[in-house]
Amino acid sequence: MNRFPPWKYALLVIALGIGLVYSLPNLFGDDPAVQVSSLRGFELERDMPARIEAAMGNAGIEFDSIEFEPQRLLVRLGNVDRQARAADVLTDALGEDYVVALNLAPATPPWLRALRAEPMTLGLDLQGGVHFLMQVDMDTARTQQLERFVTQIRNLLRDEQIRYRSVRMDRNQIVTELRSVEDRERAMRVLGRQVEELVLETRDGSETFNIRASIDEDVLRDLQQTALRQNITTLRNRVNELGVSEPIIQQQGADRIVVQLPGVQDPARAKQVLGSTATVEYRGVDEQNDPFEAHRTGRVPPQSLLYFMRNGDPILLSRTVIASGDNLINAQAGFDSQTGAPNVVVSLDGPGARSMLEHTSQNVGNRMAVVFIEHRPEVREENGEEIHTTRRVEEVISAAVTREPFGGRFQTTGLGSATEASQLAMLLRAGALAAPMQIIEERTVGPSLGQDNIDQGFRSVIIGFILVLIVMAIYYKVFGLVANIALTVNLVLIVALLSLLGATLTLPGIAGIVLTVGMAVDANVLIYERIREELNNGNSPQAAIRAGYEKAFSTIADANVTTLIAAVVLFLFGTGPIKGFAVTLSLGIVTSMFTAIIGTRAVVHLIYGRKKRLKALAI
Amino acid sequence: MQIIKPDININFMGQRKLALVLSVIILAIGVASLFTRGINFGLDFTGGTLIEVGYPAAPELGDVRQALTDAGFDDFTVQTFGAARDIVVRMPADQDDESGADLSTQVLRALSAQEPGIELRRVEFVGPQVGQELAEQGGLAMLYALFGILLYVSFRFQWRFAVGAVAALVHDVLLVVGILSLFQVNFDLTVVAAILAVIGYSLNDTIVLYDRLRENFRIKRKGTPTELCNLSINQMLGRTLMTSLTTLLVLIALFYFGGEIIHAFAFTLIIGVIVGTYSSIYIAGNAAIILGVTKQDLMPVEKEGEDQPDMEVLPERFRGRQGT
Repeated sequence: MNRFPPWKYALLVIALGIGLVYSLPNLFGDDPAVQVSSLRGFELERDMPARIEAAMGNAGIEFDSIEFEPQRLLVRLGNVDRQARAADVLTDALGEDYVVALNLAPATPPWLRALRAEPMTLGLDLQGGVHFLMQVDMDTARTQQLERFVTQIRNLLRDEQIRYRSVRMDRNQIVTELRSVEDRERAMRVLGRQVEELVLETRDGSETFNIRASIDEDVLRDLQQTALRQNITTLRNRVNELGVSEPIIQQQGADRIVVQLPGVQDPARAKQVLGSTATVEYRGVDEQNDPFEAHRTGRVPPQSLLYFMRNGDPILLSRTVIASGDNLINAQAGFDSQTGAPNVVVSLDGPGARSMLEHTSQNVGNRMAVVFIEHRPEVREENGEEIHTTRRVEEVISAAVTREPFGGRFQTTGLGSATEASQLAMLLRAGALAAPMQIIEERTVGPSLGQDNIDQGFRSVIIGFILVLIVMAIYYKVFGLVANIALTVNLVLIVALLSLLGATLTLPGIAGIVLTVGMAVDANVLIYERIREELNNGNSPQAAIRAGYEKAFSTIADANVTTLIAAVVLFLFGTGPIKGFAVTLSLGIVTSMFTAIIGTRAVVHLIYGRKKRLKALAI
Repeated sequence: MQIIKPDININFMGQRKLALVLSVIILAIGVASLFTRGINFGLDFTGGTLIEVGYPAAPELGDVRQALTDAGFDDFTVQTFGAARDIVVRMPADQDDESGADLSTQVLRALSAQEPGIELRRVEFVGPQVGQELAEQGGLAMLYALFGILLYVSFRFQWRFAVGAVAALVHDVLLVVGILSLFQVNFDLTVVAAILAVIGYSLNDTIVLYDRLRENFRIKRKGTPTELCNLSINQMLGRTLMTSLTTLLVLIALFYFGGEIIHAFAFTLIIGVIVGTYSSIYIAGNAAIILGVTKQDLMPVEKEGEDQPDMEVLPERFRGRQGT
């Protein structure tokens, strides 16, 4: 008699149930959809669904549903034709501040979505798209930072009336040459107090008394991290302009950024858009003249320039720039510690702080504006030829009253909401001087190749799978069929796990699945061969089954753990395609052990377990 | 159905000198090829640009080359990729030119000027620095995998087995890389993945054999290590061949139906599975025997009152045979 405790059956049924539910979404395919998001990556307004419903109603386009998340809105449409029309209608209706992108939304039924069951994401090699790896030039970022410190040190020394011979950069350090020991002592005190980011060291030159300053390691790391984050923010803004439905922008390592744009078919344009730049400028508001009149008559006072606010109102700003994106160190949204109102805290570097202090001490009660300047790449058609140009777009993103004089660190309050505050901070950061970036790796897959890859990948999985099923059934008869059930369940479990983990399926990933199918039978083969051996040794069928499973167990465990080691190393060291392969291979090893050891045994026990006088096994 | 009969008795250990000679010959050819022809490293490691373009009808390669030459390119190769309508243009990494990423755009413009109907299928650009890093990572991954395996096998079995297993793995990797060099297969990241999978697969086979060897060492009273090794190989022969067969079946499906991109990957694995099966029969066991594995090495620490495994007598047909 061979029986299993009921909990093992329960475990199997549960595993199978979970496997079926979570692999199911992959069968439903996609709905053509249109995705709406804000150009700047802001959250969408609450009335957006109503606006879109109205626009669609006016144009007479039927739609299945509108799904609203604060970051984006998805309109599902029945077919591709309606999708294209809806995209046109919405682009016109919503205007320049929004991005309308075509999207294929998974058509997972609501009850599955309620269980958080989602289909696998397809990698760029399967759905087509662009992958960039960008290297942030940290050396330049550091040099820029050092230059700022040089200016700051000069200004500090001048303010304290300490005479110096020179302040200059020497590789990664700043050397300040002073004329006497006394001057140097005073300078050390001043710099030590005012510039906390620097590590100071005294060193005597041949005729001068020097201070060597280098950026503190922790500060340097912070600076690099900030530079990277700024670049990521800038990239997000850029990518939104491309109208990509599900872009991935991630940090990789200390100084790299991965950008993945599924569905983008024109890498040239993507490169151009990602390479464009933005900056911000602080300017005083001209409160003496009426901007509306200047706008109407076209007569702008000579010391001012005419700008427009985001709501379209004109505003007159001084020609003098107080501080620009180069001076901006950070901008953070938060809440005022006293009033609790949303605010944005801005920090400027030394030169920016000085000029800000100068301006604000003379302009208390007047407004100060922030202008966001962007160079947007554009493609125009002229005489049948594409002409690539950039357009300078300027808009005033904030104009606030100066309450008191301030310098390098100040806050902007009076913002409508926390959302508005975070939007302002985001734009300020996007305009801050970011470290230069360079594309060091590109992988683009066209849509036709992607489809080919899917077709060929799945065809090879199915053909390989069927071949194995046939061989197993012929060679091991009933037990072969049991193994085939296990193999099928194994495939279902792998797909379910991949979907559950939110893993991305790539072509090497499919290869991993194929390989797993071939190797998954190994555990079964080990067990069956062992059972055959036991039968040949003259054991009864029931004893042979028991001995087969028990004795093969340690072999299976050892063999799989060692393969798992190889797969895990592959995962840890691999990038891109290799990782995908490693993930499916590791998952396959785990699921195949489960199905072969517990799964097939349960089925074998169901078939043979209760027969007391079993004469022979079909193996 | 049963192809391998239960009483099969092939004197594998007797042929081990022959196997050794065979291994050495193939290895020598492979290593010679590695030195003379080298490895055909792909874009992932050399850096450079690759552009795959689909044409509406198979173009003359000469015309494509001419179009690129006219556009001012001089260092490039043009080949078909799988089908005659698919053209691949490869360009080496330019160490000085920082804007390598724009190259693909220019190539595409030059090609579409000649034939407007073309369609971009794939662009791969790898900067020289990235290429070097990928190569380093690939090499490191292989070393770490081997080391991890060495540790695990030492822990589960005994150091002689671990050395034997790693010897078999090094043998496999060298052979596979040698054959890849011989056939000048494009060696890219997927091939590295395939080689690591070969390591996993071959190891799997080796461990299964060792496991049986350990069991036989413990339960058989008689028999020299060589005899027991031979017995174990014969006992596991059915399993070894069956698993290799199913794995080869899916790999062949992958090779023929998986498309051009996965070709090198599938090829590497097919070679690897064949080599891995052979090495776990001839190399892994041999290495352990040569290193002097004895029964005492594998005896479990005896605990009082615990059931001892039943002792069995070595079957008649395996007795008195020395593996020479």
